[in-house]
Amino acid sequence: MSAVLAVDGLRKSFGGVHAVQGVQFALGAGEMLALIGPNGAGKSTCFNMLNGQIRPDGGTVMLDGRDITGMKPRDVWRLGVGRTFQITATFASFTVAENVQLALSSYHRRLTTLWRRASSLDRDEALALLRQVGMADQADRQTGILAYGDLKRVELAIALANRPRLLLMDEPTAGMAPQERVGLMALTARLAREQGIAVLFTEHDMDVVFGHADRVMVLERGRKIAEGTPEAVRSDERVQAIYLGSGAMYGEGH
Amino acid sequence: MDIVVVQFLTGLASASSLFLVASGLSIIFGVSRIVNFAHGSFYMLGAYLAWTLVERLPYGPLGFWGGIVGAAAIVALLGLVMEFVLLRRIYRAPELFQLLATFGVVLIVQDATLWLWGPQDLLGPRAPGLRGAVTILGQRFPQYDLLLIFIGPVVLALLWLLFTRTRWGTLVRAATQDREMVGALGVDQKLLFTTVFMLGSFLAGLGGALQLPRESVNLQMDLTIITDAFVVVVVGGMGSLGGAFLAALLIGVLHAFGIVVFPKITLVLIFLVMAVVLVLRPYGLMGRKPGPVAATVGLVTPLIGPTPRALVWLGLVAGALLVLAPLFVGDYTLTILSEMAILALFAASLHFMMGPGGMASFGHAAYFGLGAYAAALLMRQLGLGMPLGLIAAPLAGAAFGLLFGWFCVRLSGVYLAMLTLAFAQICWSVAFQWVELTGGDNGLLNILPSGWAQTRQGFYWLALVLSIAGILLLRWLIRTPFGHALRAARDNPLRAEAVGMAVGRLQWAGFAVAASFAGFAGGLYAYFKGSVFPTFISIPRSVDALLMVLLGGVDTLAGPIVGAVVYTGLHEQLMSLTDYWRAILGLIIVVLVVAFPQGLAGQARDWWLARNGGRA
Ligand SMILES: Nc1ncnc2c1ncn2[C@@H]1O[C@H](COP(=O)(O)OP(=O)(O)O)[C@@H](O)[C@H]1O
Ligand SMILES: [Mg+2]
Repeated sequence: MSAVLAVDGLRKSFGGVHAVQGVQFALGAGEMLALIGPNGAGKSTCFNMLNGQIRPDGGTVMLDGRDITGMKPRDVWRLGVGRTFQITATFASFTVAENVQLALSSYHRRLTTLWRRASSLDRDEALALLRQVGMADQADRQTGILAYGDLKRVELAIALANRPRLLLMDEPTAGMAPQERVGLMALTARLAREQGIAVLFTEHDMDVVFGHADRVMVLERGRKIAEGTPEAVRSDERVQAIYLGSGAMYGEGH
Repeated sequence: MDIVVVQFLTGLASASSLFLVASGLSIIFGVSRIVNFAHGSFYMLGAYLAWTLVERLPYGPLGFWGGIVGAAAIVALLGLVMEFVLLRRIYRAPELFQLLATFGVVLIVQDATLWLWGPQDLLGPRAPGLRGAVTILGQRFPQYDLLLIFIGPVVLALLWLLFTRTRWGTLVRAATQDREMVGALGVDQKLLFTTVFMLGSFLAGLGGALQLPRESVNLQMDLTIITDAFVVVVVGGMGSLGGAFLAALLIGVLHAFGIVVFPKITLVLIFLVMAVVLVLRPYGLMGRKPGPVAATVGLVTPLIGPTPRALVWLGLVAGALLVLAPLFVGDYTLTILSEMAILALFAASLHFMMGPGGMASFGHAAYFGLGAYAAALLMRQLGLGMPLGLIAAPLAGAAFGLLFGWFCVRLSGVYLAMLTLAFAQICWSVAFQWVELTGGDNGLLNILPSGWAQTRQGFYWLALVLSIAGILLLRWLIRTPFGHALRAARDNPLRAEAVGMAVGRLQWAGFAVAASFAGFAGGLYAYFKGSVFPTFISIPRSVDALLMVLLGGVDTLAGPIVGAVVYTGLHEQLMSLTDYWRAILGLIIVVLVVAFPQGLAGQARDWWLARNGGRA
């Protein structure tokens, strides 16, 4: 299996803070990889380097064998990387459908079209995506007034608009109720398998991690300290040491 | 060589006053996040008050310096009054409304000054003991300027001591970095804000008073200095005293040299320097990228849905009535209606940029004026008539929109607004100074429309049809994928970039589109007035457009039209009632902002929601 994403020696410091120090991993099509670790471990920084939001100090990011290190987010997106943010990022003054339509029109390079109404452009395709995430019935509501869980699903639909090879989801279920979390990740896992999308996600809820990840990678103070199947990681001593006392490894929340 | 040294010293002397004013602006902004437009008015008041005090007090060092410091102290008290009466009520209002409120104060102060001191320029006495000149490398150099050169660094040092060595200064620095934290520490925020505002005003007043022996005191001082201060603050970096000092030196010296070497293009030179600085360091020489802007109070910006049926009908009926208007109404009304139509297009172009584009401009008149001058110059220089003039006008607007916009879209919020204003002022001074081409203050006259449009009715129809066409085109653009992308970039730039949109380029294009429609409106206005003057580019005209947009509401497509009609009508009424219409207008602005800190549209929406219980 050739890797969709291959990361090697990724490094980033902010002033004196070594946020990420030499992280290396690979991810194949259809695979779900969970990135876990305490707050401040460097997870978001990793994500931001993968999609070009911030430029790494060192290391390489390869997408389908192509070096994308240091590319702009919009160029990385064009190569088939979708992403959701720790704090949901959507277009609040548009309807749910229009949000997805915007991403689609961008994907089809129709954003400079001047002779068509945007509200009818790519609408059917947008509705199809919304159906996949279960938001079709709210297609014409304003995005800015949605409940948080619904917003997360809209963001997923947006992230799917460029038919991604790789999906980056930073804390996709933060702020959701427990059942909602499981539902969203089950949905993501199904889409990943059906469409062969590689998914990298961070998550605090260990039920979600152990329920849906094919592999788990643990980050602490910017270093990878463990990687393997959920079972292997769960029984790793160093991982247990980090999480000891918080009880988080056993699904008691955090 | 000798002249170089002397000019350099002259530049340093001017830099001192500039620094005083800019540092005050910067300190006030740092703590209150308000860009105080009236800061230039305080500078002007400082000069006028110093003139009066120095004239009244016995001539001598005590009288002179007592007058200067006394003037600054009175200005500080006026600052106190302004903070107490006005700013306190609007700290939580959207920043544009705050800017507008302080501009209302500018208008009030202008008329008050006119009323108290009269329209003629005033000349102050030389400073006692410093009336002579010293000889430097064979060139004479005023002793007073020599003193000024030292005042800048001394004030910088005093401010630095104040901010680092006193508890008050520490609090101010803390508040500049994090407002919420200071509130949490239990510091009396009100007292802090008031004292900061007094200090800033004192510095502005002192800067103005110190100019007394150097230049005449006049009614244009306020807007001239505020532009320079904006440039200094943008170049130096908002909130940085050291940056303000460096930038003031740079601008002051450039001014001094420019006047000798390239008298005509001094301001262009300053523009170039500012451009270079902003390309290299978008947040100024010593500024830092501002943190994410706190969400403004109020609701999520509403959807832009399809135009409601009723509104379409209303529009059609209104349009039909307007087309038939010449059959019912007289010449005077037709003239007003023509003006309303053109200004509605102008306001709509600003709305495109501010609403969907999310970029507030304080210098939109630049493009309006450039369009007008393009049309007028074609006629005066090349003898080309209205059809070509009306093509050239939007092109001129677009060309300069592309040029200035390239710099502006790198910034956001008040920084962007200040930069647009600086560009507009540069255009204004070129129009004013380049007398051979533009006729300077006398303007360009006899800009006649084509023969068939020279009757009042003919021109009315022309203006009506073209303005409506322009407005409809803008409305259409807002609904195209391009318009949606622009608005999406405003809603969430992070997400926009993450779905492949080039936010900067979109905004640049949006800026240029708005500028070209403003240029078109300006071209029409040139033929409407039959003449073009530098006032077409002036700050008050930019503010007119802003008022129209804000009055009508940024969030609605009909807003700018309603705003233009209401505002033009009000303006016309006021002007026919009193000579002091500026003050009354200023008062209305201030009252509106205090009474409706969310804007008329926001207020209407809140009212609607309250009445209907929950969301509309
Ligand atoms: N833009 C930034 N500037 C300075 N420090 C940062 C920045 N972003 C993250 N950090 C620091 O880097 C470390 C890793 O942060 P982050 O990647 O957000 O962790 P996580 O997502 O795992 O909670 C933290 O110590 C954080 O304070
Ligand atoms: Mg994080």
